Amino acid sequence: MLKRTVPLFITGIAGAILIVAYFSPATTNWGEVVTDWMNTLAAVAFILGGGNLLFVNLEKISSKRPGWAYALVTLLAFVLTLAFGVLKIGAVPNAQFPATPWAGDYESVRAPFGWVYEYVLSPLTATMFAMLAFYVASAAFRAFRAKNIEAILLLGTAFVILLGRTAAAAILTGWIPVDGPFAFLRLDTLAVNIMQYVSTAGTRAIMMGIALGIAATSLRLILGIDRSYLVSD
Amino acid sequence: MRKMLEQPNLITRSMIAAGLLSLFAVHGDCFGQATATAPAAVSAFIATDKPGDDGRAILLHWEQSEATAQVLLSRSLGDDERSALVRDQRIAAATKAIAAGATQADAVKAADEAERVFANDTELQWTFIGIAASAEGAEGFEVSDLPRAEKGFRFRAQSTRDGVRGVAAETTEPVEAVSAAFFAARFPLMIALSLLIAVIGRCVWTAVHGKIPELRKIAALDAFDEAVGRATEMGRSVLFVPGIQDMTDIQTVAGLTVLSRVARTTAEYDATLEVPTTRSLVMTAARETVQAAHFAVHRPESYRADLINYITDEQFGYVAYVAGKMVREKPATCFYMGAFYAESLLFAETGNSIGAIQIGGTAEPSQLPFFVAACDYTLIGEEFFAASAYLSGEPAQLGSIRGQDIGKLIAAGIIIVGTALATIGAFAPEGSAAAAASWLVDVLG
Amino acid sequence: MSTQHTQSSNAQHGPFIRFLATLDRRWIFLAMMLAVGTPILLQLRPAETAGPLSTATFDVIEALPAGSRVLFAFDYDPASEGELQPMANAFVHHCASKGHKLAFLALWPLGAQKANETAETILKPFHPEYQAGVDYCMLGYKAGNEGVIKVIVTDLLQVYQADVNGTPLSEIPMLKGVTNIQAFDLIINISAGYPGSKEWAQYGTSAYPDAFILLVGTTGVQSNQLYPYYPAQMKGMLVAIKGAAEYEVLVNGKYGETAAILAAQAAMSATSGGAMKETGVPAVLQEGQRRMGPQLVAHLLMVTLIVLGNIVYFATRTKGAAR
Repeated sequence: MLKRTVPLFITGIAGAILIVAYFSPATTNWGEVVTDWMNTLAAVAFILGGGNLLFVNLEKISSKRPGWAYALVTLLAFVLTLAFGVLKIGAVPNAQFPATPWAGDYESVRAPFGWVYEYVLSPLTATMFAMLAFYVASAAFRAFRAKNIEAILLLGTAFVILLGRTAAAAILTGWIPVDGPFAFLRLDTLAVNIMQYVSTAGTRAIMMGIALGIAATSLRLILGIDRSYLVSD
Repeated sequence: MRKMLEQPNLITRSMIAAGLLSLFAVHGDCFGQATATAPAAVSAFIATDKPGDDGRAILLHWEQSEATAQVLLSRSLGDDERSALVRDQRIAAATKAIAAGATQADAVKAADEAERVFANDTELQWTFIGIAASAEGAEGFEVSDLPRAEKGFRFRAQSTRDGVRGVAAETTEPVEAVSAAFFAARFPLMIALSLLIAVIGRCVWTAVHGKIPELRKIAALDAFDEAVGRATEMGRSVLFVPGIQDMTDIQTVAGLTVLSRVARTTAEYDATLEVPTTRSLVMTAARETVQAAHFAVHRPESYRADLINYITDEQFGYVAYVAGKMVREKPATCFYMGAFYAESLLFAETGNSIGAIQIGGTAEPSQLPFFVAACDYTLIGEEFFAASAYLSGEPAQLGSIRGQDIGKLIAAGIIIVGTALATIGAFAPEGSAAAAASWLVDVLG
Repeated sequence: MSTQHTQSSNAQHGPFIRFLATLDRRWIFLAMMLAVGTPILLQLRPAETAGPLSTATFDVIEALPAGSRVLFAFDYDPASEGELQPMANAFVHHCASKGHKLAFLALWPLGAQKANETAETILKPFHPEYQAGVDYCMLGYKAGNEGVIKVIVTDLLQVYQADVNGTPLSEIPMLKGVTNIQAFDLIINISAGYPGSKEWAQYGTSAYPDAFILLVGTTGVQSNQLYPYYPAQMKGMLVAIKGAAEYEVLVNGKYGETAAILAAQAAMSATSGGAMKETGVPAVLQEGQRRMGPQLVAHLLMVTLIVLGNIVYFATRTKGAAR
């Protein structure tokens, strides 16, 4: 019962409170309490995640499983960054309280934590994100084919957006007068209009479907109709 | 209706007000406007509680025939504001007395005296709200975000023009800002939600009682068994990525319900299922889900918790791990079910490069094109939410999908009617169609 | 098996088609690297003119009376810094040039650092009159995603009792009397995803339509799902580097060479012994325009790749059909 009924009960009550709190001023505080609980749980979950990370990687290293060296790097990075941040190791002294190391600025690039953030994390995450440019190019080369009428429309739209969002628009269609009757044919104007009207209309339709899907899924969960995420008693 | 937010930095406000007023006065004198006449006082100055709110707003109305005049608005202090000011006055008086060499008892006396002076000075009981145009009184000037005041608020309005002020008008009785039972502005949404709940409830009820709706085939869902079977044949693993959001995102929950079905199939086929997660709560929930699936097919011994891990909350750290794992271990089948952002294409292209069968599902409109381009099958938006019900085959869940579709029909109907009314209204702005369109916009917000 | 099939079917085509049909994706990666890298090295910088969205965004900030309270939500991290930092710089410079009071918070853990960096890069050198606490304050990061918005829209102190330095909000002069974020005149959200602009619109301006104005700066990829909120819930929107570049043109046109900027440049030149000599609009305020060069060439490469991909498609399909 504890594994199924109690979670279902909590889901139902919390869901109902959040719905009512949105509509009734008298219960707004209840909604805030539920949200606070969720935030507290999310914060505590960081510890759960950290524990799992330690356990899994230590197990990999101790049993010398393939790739154990990666696990070692992961653990070292985790432990060092955690220590730099939590213990404020090497924090830049606070001018107001120079004798109190805990008052120091640990986010400065002159402190180890700030240095790791600025010179390790920032470049690494930016690199991963930048890989998108390469993957988009290869995906476009492979998948963007004019197979049918719909695909041709999509292709045409892509060309307009790609060119319209750069100076190519001015080079190719800049000669069309801005206030003339054919101004709408300027690539930059076309790009904005496609994004603002055509694409928005499609996105709205998808979002409405999604919103109803979310409402139906939420109801299934709140009413306990969908229990697939729970272990049976 | 214009709104003025309360920013009860009282002393600063009062100083600004005084400064503004003196500026007007100086300005008037400097430019030889000593002959400027004071504007007529505002008349019919009334304050009323704003209906249908959370009890923190009051509406002010007044009449002022002189369009060039402006209206300076003030209100009485809230309870906490008054207490704070009294406290500040007492502290200032006591500090001053002690600095002058007074004893502690004398300092207390000085503080009491300061409090008495404050209580007797009626001008200190007011705080400046703002300056309004004279015409704003006709449509209503909203004072919102009011603090707590047990006895309500009094208001004062004073006309001004070119630095010359007219006679101030005050509301006769204090007005309380009362909290309504429901937010009036959200009432239409409440009706719509109630209607949707009723429709879905009705459909669930009829489905449970035997009228099970038929659903169209969804290719992506029908391909599940084939995809897992392929991994089993090739002796490779199945990778399931439940998005990068926490359990607070309904997409993650929907992803886990799909995971339930995938885990059941992998348990039946004895295939290896790996679920790397970005959130520890998702990891726990995924473990529960997969374990439940193994129990359901009577293979509890094949469940391995160590294949469902927390990696990192950091988006691209997670991408690096999963992409690296894909390249090294080459899973035969990859499922991407949940909330995805920039990583969607990074996953799908990497999966494509290793020749994996890929099935994606998300309700993030911006990421759908990437999944459509790079995956073999994609669950688009609402299909993704319907997946759990579709896969479960339970009458109650299937019924809810029918209810959802009826909701969509109603929404489409309102859009068509609204568009038609607005179009007709554009040609005849004075006609009833335009009025109806305007009413619809007002009601739906 | 599929590779062998491709190779045998490609044998009947010319060498160009064969080359394209079997093109290793790493050649595409190399081409993209050159397309982005070359314009950076050659400092290619096409001219920009402001579009309607950027103009609407600019006008909103211009219309606010000096000294208005502005809340910045930095909801991005270093990964999307390339796309979003130029608009963050321009937003902060514009608001500071107008004399607004700025509060910074973040719903992304690394967003708080981005806010700090922006203050260091823009406020300190070009707006030295801005004092912490009086003219701007750092509220820092809070976990809880949209839950934070839901709470602070009615009760700021429940989530933020103090700023990042531990100073209670009640003791921060610019926040005296502020009990919730409805006390701000404008909220500017710079967003790379979730939680971000959509959540600020849904739980901020949708729930409290009259409380404040919302402006957003967003990555190109999520702009599609934000257009439905413009102009009702969002009064202005900067989309990707293009939006930032257009906005920079407007901001720099009016505030690009203020007395404070010229003084800062003179001071920098003096302290570095003339080594750091910069005149005119500072480079940091033109980053968006500078990045439009690589974007132009990269987009042209994308168009070329799509065309080439379709040439392969039609060549192989036609031959297949003829056979």
